[in-house]
Amino acid sequence: MRAAVRLAAWAYAIAVYGFIFLPVVVLVLFSLQATSFPIPPFTGPSLRWYQSVLSDARLTSALVNSILVAVLSSLASVTLGFLSAWGFARFVLPGSALLRGLITLPLTVSYLIIGMGLLVLFNWAGVPKSLLAAGIGHVVINLPLCFAIIYSQMGDHQINIERAARDLGAAEWKVLLLITVPVMAPAIFAGFFLSMTFSWDEFVISFLLTRFETTLPVEIWNLLRSGLNPKTNAVGSLVFAVSIVLVVFFELTLLRRKPA
Amino acid sequence: MAFTGNSRALPWALVTPALAWTLLFFVLPFIAMGFSSLTAHEGGGFTLANYSQFFTDPSYWRAMVNSLEVTAIVTVISILLAYPFAWILAEQVPERWQRLALMLAVLPFWTSYVVRSYSWLLVLAQNGVINRALTGIGLIGEPLQLANTRFATVTGFVHFFVMLLTLTIFANLKQLSPSYRKAAADLGAGPVRTFIHVVLPLTLPGIMVGAFLTFVLCIGDYITPQILGGNNELVMPQLVMMQIGRRGDFPLASALSIILMAVVTIAYLACARWLKIERA
Repeated sequence: MRAAVRLAAWAYAIAVYGFIFLPVVVLVLFSLQATSFPIPPFTGPSLRWYQSVLSDARLTSALVNSILVAVLSSLASVTLGFLSAWGFARFVLPGSALLRGLITLPLTVSYLIIGMGLLVLFNWAGVPKSLLAAGIGHVVINLPLCFAIIYSQMGDHQINIERAARDLGAAEWKVLLLITVPVMAPAIFAGFFLSMTFSWDEFVISFLLTRFETTLPVEIWNLLRSGLNPKTNAVGSLVFAVSIVLVVFFELTLLRRKPA
Repeated sequence: MAFTGNSRALPWALVTPALAWTLLFFVLPFIAMGFSSLTAHEGGGFTLANYSQFFTDPSYWRAMVNSLEVTAIVTVISILLAYPFAWILAEQVPERWQRLALMLAVLPFWTSYVVRSYSWLLVLAQNGVINRALTGIGLIGEPLQLANTRFATVTGFVHFFVMLLTLTIFANLKQLSPSYRKAAADLGAGPVRTFIHVVLPLTLPGIMVGAFLTFVLCIGDYITPQILGGNNELVMPQLVMMQIGRRGDFPLASALSIILMAVVTIAYLACARWLKIERA
């Protein structure tokens, strides 16, 4: 009986793993296709599609744009999120619960609607479509996330360290930079990292708010118009590789520090 | 707390930038969208036509029904697939392999969302992997129509949400104190009874949170239905994007967005109430 349950459990787990990995394996395998269609039979391995991706100026500039938007919007999100989290955690403010609710509200709204709202607003205000507009949208979605992560990690034991610094005569800005930021570093880094991955992968806001200069997900979307294409496989596999490196880096740096 | 003279100004200086950003780029756009939804596309002026169009045009209704149906199907299938999987990871896999097993299980979660949907297209296409395999072994004569169907949309969604729910349910199961199970065993309950009467009810609130998250993300997503479902059967986000893309009809797109958001809000209120009752 017990052995049968174990066997069934293993069979089930393997089936689910198979389901989860099937599309990724197909994606990477046919990115190495030698011929022009990413469908069976497999004709590779060949790196010609990777070469074609790296020599495609539109894709490489979209890649640079994506990194730029991700880094800058995440920096803005984490800065605003950290300052407000500190303010709400350390001081008693009138209507604090309501205001905190307001900051986290965008988490409950889908990206499509946030993008639509900004599109309508910018259209009325005469703000042209640009990477900056998309970056603003990315801060809207990531600021509440950074705020929530950092706010939830601001415990009482850190107040005492800050108080000690103040008692020893440190000015507020010194307390902030020399005490709070280092103590909160893991939460700040987690907020920054999550913002980076969300911004890096975000499609619909960038699609609505950019025109000529755009981000990588939008450029990949444009590639999809040509149907199934090994070049799309290659750029998709590269994006996947970047994400994996980020995740492994995150695991090794941030999660290692915590005692298991 | 004894702060110096600037203590009243300082806290506001800290929280104002974030509040201002939220008001300017989240609340204000929403108000703009509300106004836009009440103006006529041709010539401006106040009108309720954008809303009445949704309620009177059956094809618009159909998109909402499709959205709700797809979301419901995806939520149910994803939970049914993810729960046993998370349970196996948490209970059957040896402790020291669990971290690796979980990381592997959600690895494709980190692929780009657009690319993930495209990958399913490779699998499901007319001449894709599944059809080639099935015709190759002679199981079917003609390739099946798998892509550009609701089946494809659901498959793409389920793939994403199984990973998401596995993460949340796994965390839930691990938080469960082992003493519950020991107590149940001491009282003579077998593993099946323990699961049904102890483990399942205790993880139900976590499942509800996961289900709500799935609902919100699924009903608001444009990418997966557009790439995998195609234009045969539209869902609400596709309808919204269509108003902007083809016709530049911002007022109608705004009205449809607000209706979609209202549906999510209703679901949230229903869910929140249900959760509170559970906890009390």
